Amino acid sequence: MIAAAPALPRSFDWKWIVIGACVALTVYIAVVPLAFLLWQSFFTPQTAAKAARFTLDNYVQAYGSGGTARLFWNSLQFAFGASLFSFTLGTALAWMNERTNTPFKTLFFALSIIPLVIPGILFTVAWILLGSPKIGILNLALQEWFGLERPLFNVYSLWGMVWVDGLHYSPMAFLLMTAAFRAMDPSLEESATMSGANIFQVARRVTLKLVWPAILATLLMLFVRAIESFEVPALLGLPVGIHVFTSAIYQAVHRYPSQIGLASAYGMTLLVITSIGVYFVSRLSSRGSKYATMTGKGFRPRRIDLGPWRWAAAAVFIVYFLLIVVLPFAVLLWSSFQKFYSIPSWQALQNLTLDPYRFIFSYPNLPRTVWNTLLLSFGCATLIMLVTSVICWIVVKTKLPGRWLLDNIASLPLVFPGLVLGLAIMIFYLNVDVGVYGTMWIMFIAYVTRFMPYGLRYNTASMLQIHKELEESAAMSGASWGTTFVRVVLPLLKPGLVAGWIYVMIVSIRELSSSILLYSPGTEVLSITIWELWENGQYVELSALGVLFILALFVLVMAAQWLGGKFGVKE
Amino acid sequence: MLKVEGLCTEYPNERGEIVRAAQDVSFEVPEGKLFTLLGPSGCGKTTTLRSIAGLERPRSGEISVAGRVVYSGSRGIFVAPNRRGFGMVFQSYAIWPHLNVFQNAAFPLEAGARRLPKKDIREKVMRVLTAVQLDAYADREATKLSGGQQQRLALARALVMEPELLLLDEPLSNLDAKLRELMRFELKRLQRELGITTVYVTHDQSEALALSHAIAVMSEGCIRQIGTPREIYEKPRSRFVADFVGTTNFIDGEALARGRVRTGIGDVEIAPGEELRAGEHVVLSVRPEDVELSEARAGGANVWEARVDQKVFLGEYNDFQVKIGERVLLSRCHPSLRTRVGEAIFVKLNPEKCIAFKG
Repeated sequence: MIAAAPALPRSFDWKWIVIGACVALTVYIAVVPLAFLLWQSFFTPQTAAKAARFTLDNYVQAYGSGGTARLFWNSLQFAFGASLFSFTLGTALAWMNERTNTPFKTLFFALSIIPLVIPGILFTVAWILLGSPKIGILNLALQEWFGLERPLFNVYSLWGMVWVDGLHYSPMAFLLMTAAFRAMDPSLEESATMSGANIFQVARRVTLKLVWPAILATLLMLFVRAIESFEVPALLGLPVGIHVFTSAIYQAVHRYPSQIGLASAYGMTLLVITSIGVYFVSRLSSRGSKYATMTGKGFRPRRIDLGPWRWAAAAVFIVYFLLIVVLPFAVLLWSSFQKFYSIPSWQALQNLTLDPYRFIFSYPNLPRTVWNTLLLSFGCATLIMLVTSVICWIVVKTKLPGRWLLDNIASLPLVFPGLVLGLAIMIFYLNVDVGVYGTMWIMFIAYVTRFMPYGLRYNTASMLQIHKELEESAAMSGASWGTTFVRVVLPLLKPGLVAGWIYVMIVSIRELSSSILLYSPGTEVLSITIWELWENGQYVELSALGVLFILALFVLVMAAQWLGGKFGVKE
Repeated sequence: MLKVEGLCTEYPNERGEIVRAAQDVSFEVPEGKLFTLLGPSGCGKTTTLRSIAGLERPRSGEISVAGRVVYSGSRGIFVAPNRRGFGMVFQSYAIWPHLNVFQNAAFPLEAGARRLPKKDIREKVMRVLTAVQLDAYADREATKLSGGQQQRLALARALVMEPELLLLDEPLSNLDAKLRELMRFELKRLQRELGITTVYVTHDQSEALALSHAIAVMSEGCIRQIGTPREIYEKPRSRFVADFVGTTNFIDGEALARGRVRTGIGDVEIAPGEELRAGEHVVLSVRPEDVELSEARAGGANVWEARVDQKVFLGEYNDFQVKIGERVLLSRCHPSLRTRVGEAIFVKLNPEKCIAFKG
């Protein structure tokens, strides 16, 4: 039994090697880059001629100029705007879905997979093709229909950024708020009604009070996510000089000579913001669980009958569905069949061609890029799920002192914006030459670090369901720790293990913001190729690749859902 | 056969405070007997059982089975649970949901150090499944079994490796009342037939009385009394044991010389037994069925006139609350007694059944 003091030397067990290796890997992966980022932000760059030396210049440079105040203000505006927008949208949809009789409910479930299927960079590119003042199809169409002089809106603006980013992440808000609505026991509201409260009193004194922690946690989570967002600020903000922290970091690194110290100083600032956010989210959700009273017994919330208004609600929903799925995908599909990018017209329709697809399939690096992507995501998902299964076993099942610390360390990468993580890892392996820099391994390390918390989440949720007596009975049956782990724990963990594996696989395939600082010729992945095509202005080719990418992800997500149903928890 | 000496086990709770779950627990179980640890929740009975199993590491003491020391604090011996070779049935049954009935029962034969040929495993598993009447369900998914069947499967899994010692942790507590009584007989029959040394943990006194050769009553981590079921019931040695096992009337009093106690209802003659010093404060315990009621005055010692305060008809018997002065006694008697509420009645306490202990 691991709960007790270290095993006696006589009965030395290889379980300590497995546990030790997993713990060491976790600590190394989660703590080292952070430490180095901090170190780098206080030092001058190390060169062959000069050793690194302590300095505050990076922070002085970062904070000395008025530009940083603007940067800070832009970041806050963008993050607040995007998170509020997606929250409002997501909450309204969640309420419609959970508590009203709006038709077309099945479509809502498609929502849960959209952020997985359409990567941020493609969503952003699609909205540029829709909303750019010069080439945006929506703009041009509306201009023509209403005979306007100027384009109706400009996606290259702070409002455009808020719109695209908020829209893209509204399904996340939808999922979080759906969970909050579901976790609320309707009998709590009903008993308030029975106590004589009218509908407003119920809403104000019971519903809102109960759901408040969830609202705050969701908002914070969305805020943290928005401030980490890289694709939207880079594609929409940079061309018109709207800088936020993430795009400023990217520029500092890509300037010549690259200013890594400055990037680190920005990175530290961003890290502080996200850390505070994540800290309060975890505080809130642990407090929120006190309110969340899942009874599971005869759970059937009353649905509000919207009457004829339900068709209005359905219309709202369909418009939303158009904006988030149909239009972006349609515009990519359209442009992927063009020789040169052009807006839809009779003439353009006659010039449809498969050239972009031919280009993509004959793209010299494509096979290697696909191979890299698959290898990285497969390896990363497998390693993460196995390591975190051991980690969460230690955290959930043992009484080892310091296990809460291990849990926190393994969740630490949650505070890393992808770009900052890429930066930290880049700095570390530039300084510590172990032959990793410039190879696939450095990206592998970044992916494992970045997605480890997700693996941990999935495994922990599953692990908590496993009654400790199921393991103890295996021990009483004479099984060693290894046998118990392989024959009892892992099979029982399977639902979480499979779901988490697929999830990590999917998010690794689309990873961009860490890879962009770490890739080198020969180690490109698919999202990098899309980025490069964008930089080269090869829009139609990008669209073709994007369409294929989205279809492949869609197939993968569908397979995941099917597998999830197959390996679902048995009653 | 099983010998537990001076066992102390503690563990930290959620807030990090040390819980002394078992303190200086000592007992012996002879070969083939069923020994029960009985007590309210949190009394340390499960911790004691888990210490024997090796699932909990004690702080000090010694545990040995058939002369083999599996734990000794002073000699630094701790045999891992998977090397002790004991069978155990858990409160939740701990049936593995990813395996079917046969695979569940076969696991101990496949996982242990000694591997058996497939044919032997099949034979042993089918034999044990037959013993618990689950042979027809061998290929069924374990999760499709009813509560009683899962309980029997858990038992089969614990028995399949023919353990020296069987540990049962509240095995009947998850069953409904009817099934519980049925399984009680079943369990007793199986244990007596196989003659397997068993430690049984329960908080249900009737289960303990029905099944055991010997019972240890525990509270707050300590054993309060060890004895046969009859001894525990009829001769409790403390207020706690008398109160926890069965229902009883307590009467405070003061010991007089030689087998008499002065109480609020008068002087009571008690069973000869424990030496009481004159003037000492004592508590008398009388079971309701030993409070005899009659409409005519009975002869002999310990007879008082009382008044019926309340009565409850329960079918098999009547519960009467009678008042002697202001003192209320509970009596359980045959339903043929039909004295009405408010009427006078005579109470007789059989001196043999009046147990006194220091209060």
